[in-house]
Amino acid sequence: MPALTVENLSKTFPRSRPLFGKAAPGVRAVRPMSFTVEQGETLGIVGESGCGKSTLARMLVGLLPPSEGEIVIDGQAPGKGDPTEFGKLIQYVFQDPNSSLNPRKTIRQVMEAPLKHLHHLPADQRDARIREIFATVSLRESFLDRYPHEFSGGQAQRIGIARALAADPRIIVLDEPVSALDVSVQAQVLNLLAGLKARLGLTYLFISHDLAVVEAVSDRVMVLYFGSVVEIGRADSIFAHPRHPYTRLLANSAPVVGRPLTAPEQKGTELPDPLNPPPGCAFAGRCPKATEICRTDIPQLRDMGEDQRAACHHPND
Amino acid sequence: MTRFLKLLFRNRLAGIGAVVMGLILALVILTPVLPLQDPYATDLGARFKGALQDGHILGTDHLGRDQLSRLLWGTQLSLLVGLASAFAAALIGSTIGVIAGYFGGRTDNLIMRAVDMVMAFPYILLALAIVAALGPGLLNALIAVAAVNVPFFARNIRGIVVTLAGREFVDAARLAGMGHTRIILTEIVPNVLPVIVIAMSTTIGWMILETAGLSFLGLGSQPPQADLGSMLGEARAALITHPFTSVVPGVMIFLIVMSINLLGDGVRDALDPRLKSGALSRPLPVTTVGREGPIPAATDDLLAVQDLHTQFHAGSRIFRAVGGVDLAVRPGECLGIIGESGSGKSVTALSITRLVASPPGVITGGAVRFREADMIGASYEELRQIRGDKVAYIFQDPLSTLHPLYRIGDQLAEAIRVHHKVPKDELRKRAITLLKDVRIPNAESRVDNYPHEMSGGMRQRVGIAMALANEPDVIIADEPTTALDVTVQAQILALLNDLRREKGLAIVFITHDFGVVAQLCDRVAVMYAGRIVETGPTQAILDAPAHPYAKRLIACVPELGHGRRELAAIPGLPPAVDDLPPGCAFAPRCDKASASCCEGDVPLIGTPPRAVRCLYPEENV
Ligand SMILES: Nc1ncnc2c1ncn2[C@@H]1O[C@H](COP(=O)(O)OP(=O)(O)OP(=O)(O)O)[C@@H](O)[C@H]1O
Ligand code: SF4
Ligand code: SF4
Ligand SMILES: [Mg+2]
Repeated sequence: MPALTVENLSKTFPRSRPLFGKAAPGVRAVRPMSFTVEQGETLGIVGESGCGKSTLARMLVGLLPPSEGEIVIDGQAPGKGDPTEFGKLIQYVFQDPNSSLNPRKTIRQVMEAPLKHLHHLPADQRDARIREIFATVSLRESFLDRYPHEFSGGQAQRIGIARALAADPRIIVLDEPVSALDVSVQAQVLNLLAGLKARLGLTYLFISHDLAVVEAVSDRVMVLYFGSVVEIGRADSIFAHPRHPYTRLLANSAPVVGRPLTAPEQKGTELPDPLNPPPGCAFAGRCPKATEICRTDIPQLRDMGEDQRAACHHPND
Repeated sequence: MTRFLKLLFRNRLAGIGAVVMGLILALVILTPVLPLQDPYATDLGARFKGALQDGHILGTDHLGRDQLSRLLWGTQLSLLVGLASAFAAALIGSTIGVIAGYFGGRTDNLIMRAVDMVMAFPYILLALAIVAALGPGLLNALIAVAAVNVPFFARNIRGIVVTLAGREFVDAARLAGMGHTRIILTEIVPNVLPVIVIAMSTTIGWMILETAGLSFLGLGSQPPQADLGSMLGEARAALITHPFTSVVPGVMIFLIVMSINLLGDGVRDALDPRLKSGALSRPLPVTTVGREGPIPAATDDLLAVQDLHTQFHAGSRIFRAVGGVDLAVRPGECLGIIGESGSGKSVTALSITRLVASPPGVITGGAVRFREADMIGASYEELRQIRGDKVAYIFQDPLSTLHPLYRIGDQLAEAIRVHHKVPKDELRKRAITLLKDVRIPNAESRVDNYPHEMSGGMRQRVGIAMALANEPDVIIADEPTTALDVTVQAQILALLNDLRREKGLAIVFITHDFGVVAQLCDRVAVMYAGRIVETGPTQAILDAPAHPYAKRLIACVPELGHGRRELAAIPGLPPAVDDLPPGCAFAPRCDKASASCCEGDVPLIGTPPRAVRCLYPEENV
């Protein structure tokens, strides 16, 4: 049984209705998408800002009700947009570690919330469980009675991870968990996450804009563009052999030591407008391979070689 | 608490307010036990007595009642009514604001429209209308004054709750299984409470005045009971013949409202977090300089930073943010500064044209030379000539340099006009050319855009265009691409690279990304705890880093194309710059550290162009 199955999931944000007349069509932040994540797998999710990464993540954890489609976690379908039902199955680690902790609560209060409200543990067991979790993520117990502003970014992010673990979920959605951290600390957190996954049999969805980090931690990678999955494939091959022109552009744009500096993209290319989406492939305005059919027909995801799927009329070899 | 009081009394006027208010409160509390005359006992034979006559300290009123007694009882009543209406308004208004802000969407829309409608009525008219509808009486006046103040609280609190509700800890609380009521009570309310207190302290004075106003018109307290307003109202008839009777309640109203407002301002300031950090005065236009020791001699570089020391003085603590940094760039050269958060990169960059906020910043040593002239010793006027004209900055957040309310074309024109006399139509042409230079498509129409009409990448290009406006000799770029997508970052780096090759621009590029440094910079300086620990040609350092920190930092950076793997980390954290260890600052995290590393200052040595600050370097340089 897969850890997560997503079927035709989509989200359209309605636009406010004018006083007279009909509402304009909403903004389609996530277009219908389907994918599965296996038990113990790490699925990396990459894409540019505004491509729908966070909207997808918020739907997966139940913070945002989907417009259409279904989410099945561990064989169960939690009620639409009910974070308490989702909370026990799937948890979220936020990008900004400091803003994810209430400045006026001690770490102990933060850690107790999921134990109390999701698992209804009595007070004495809560204490033992918090100590156990803190040991797992190598945090000192003396931190429990301190306030969030006393912690560095890396420590705060560990606390965020500890809070997610307290809910005892099957899946953790990691939304840019290390982007706010320094490289030397980034690796500490990533290695902690890898260790926890092996020990607790967790499944991760790892969202990031840093391709190198995603490649280092993921089994498979899903590339989003303009609310759609444009390519999905094995982490060790997708950036080396991208089938979709957008994945190739991403891979070529990542700064790599020893590669000369060139702008991989032509000047004056056009980004699609979410309020007025193009009829065909959303990438056509930036794609060097675009032809007539690209501007009229939306390409569908299809199999392209081993474990790789891409949505393109003229895929790379 | 004592800290709060200290901050409060630092504002002298607030102190006066507190003392006056304290005295009035003491009098009011003691009123029931003071040996006062009966405030209601009339004596028509002793009307309008002046002060200190017949045992009436403050004289008598038109019915011969003792003014002092009436004043104190009236003050008590006025204060109670004012407080009660302030609490009622704060409670109801904040509840409305919290609900509207937290739930947002339709709830928010409906509530805030209703609030707007109430606010559209003239304030006092609305209060009068409410009292007219309910009938005169003190309680009704209280309700009216509370009601007209509700929108003020609703509006302010809603604004704050909207931002709070969008914060991630609220999402986290929902995922921890907490319901809406619990989240509002335990996550939201504790964070808005200080704001409610501030809003109350700044409005309570006006509310007392408003209730007094209603009583003055005869709509509040009814005779014989009197608050300050009705005392004034009754005395009005004899204003010309016996002004003293009006002066007594008038002065009291004045004292109350003034002292509360002064105190309210003081409370607001004392709760302001900026004050807590010690920045008590407005920042100066240039960083304060207090140089000790000799000033280094000039070199022939375009821009040279020489043995720069910049500190932050916060109370008794001294943060040595920059502890002796040397850098130099020549025309057409790009120097990278790399280091972790808090290593002093930005402070170094800002010190160059003395942009570090003062207080608390102080430049305590060294020199910065632009074409040999020392900028640390320069006057504000000289620096202003250089800033933006010869030396320009690009910051991480372009919105910090762009004004949201002006068209970008006008802002570019203004940037040029400050430094050069150029005719108006020429300015617009220059602005369009600049936008074309930074590859903004369709520059002719984009020039009339406002910043918010552009994407983040586009805005950063405008930020670069601003920096290029006066064809500077040096650009200092502080993490200009950190907030951008990789595809946009690649374009901007390529653009900067072209500019320096075409125009001979010197670039100081601050980043924490080795990939970026490798692609753009000729030379690189690695910073740790406010000092340079290694410097040299980029390729040489990347191939064979000599400082243990540089070596391990490079190993931490994941590179694309190496597949799934364990990443290297450096255990521990950089030291706090107000408590630097003696000797090598990296010693607590270094595997090669030995006793000698912690003894004395470790010098930066090597054969130019390379140098390293380590006793046991990984490579000989
Ligand atoms: N206004 C200030 N008051 C007190 N200390 C400050 C102030 N600004 C900076 N500092 C301190 O100076 C040191 C250097 O800060 P700086 O901003 O230069 O670091 P940085 O290398 O640019 O870091 P980042 O990568 O986060 O931008 C830090 O310890 C910081 O806390
Ligand atoms: S479908 Fe056409 S436009 Fe879209 S990515 Fe493929 S080739 Fe490019
Ligand atoms: S001086 Fe000593 S402690 Fe510092 S980096 Fe070199 S070996 Fe390590
Ligand atoms: Mg900085």
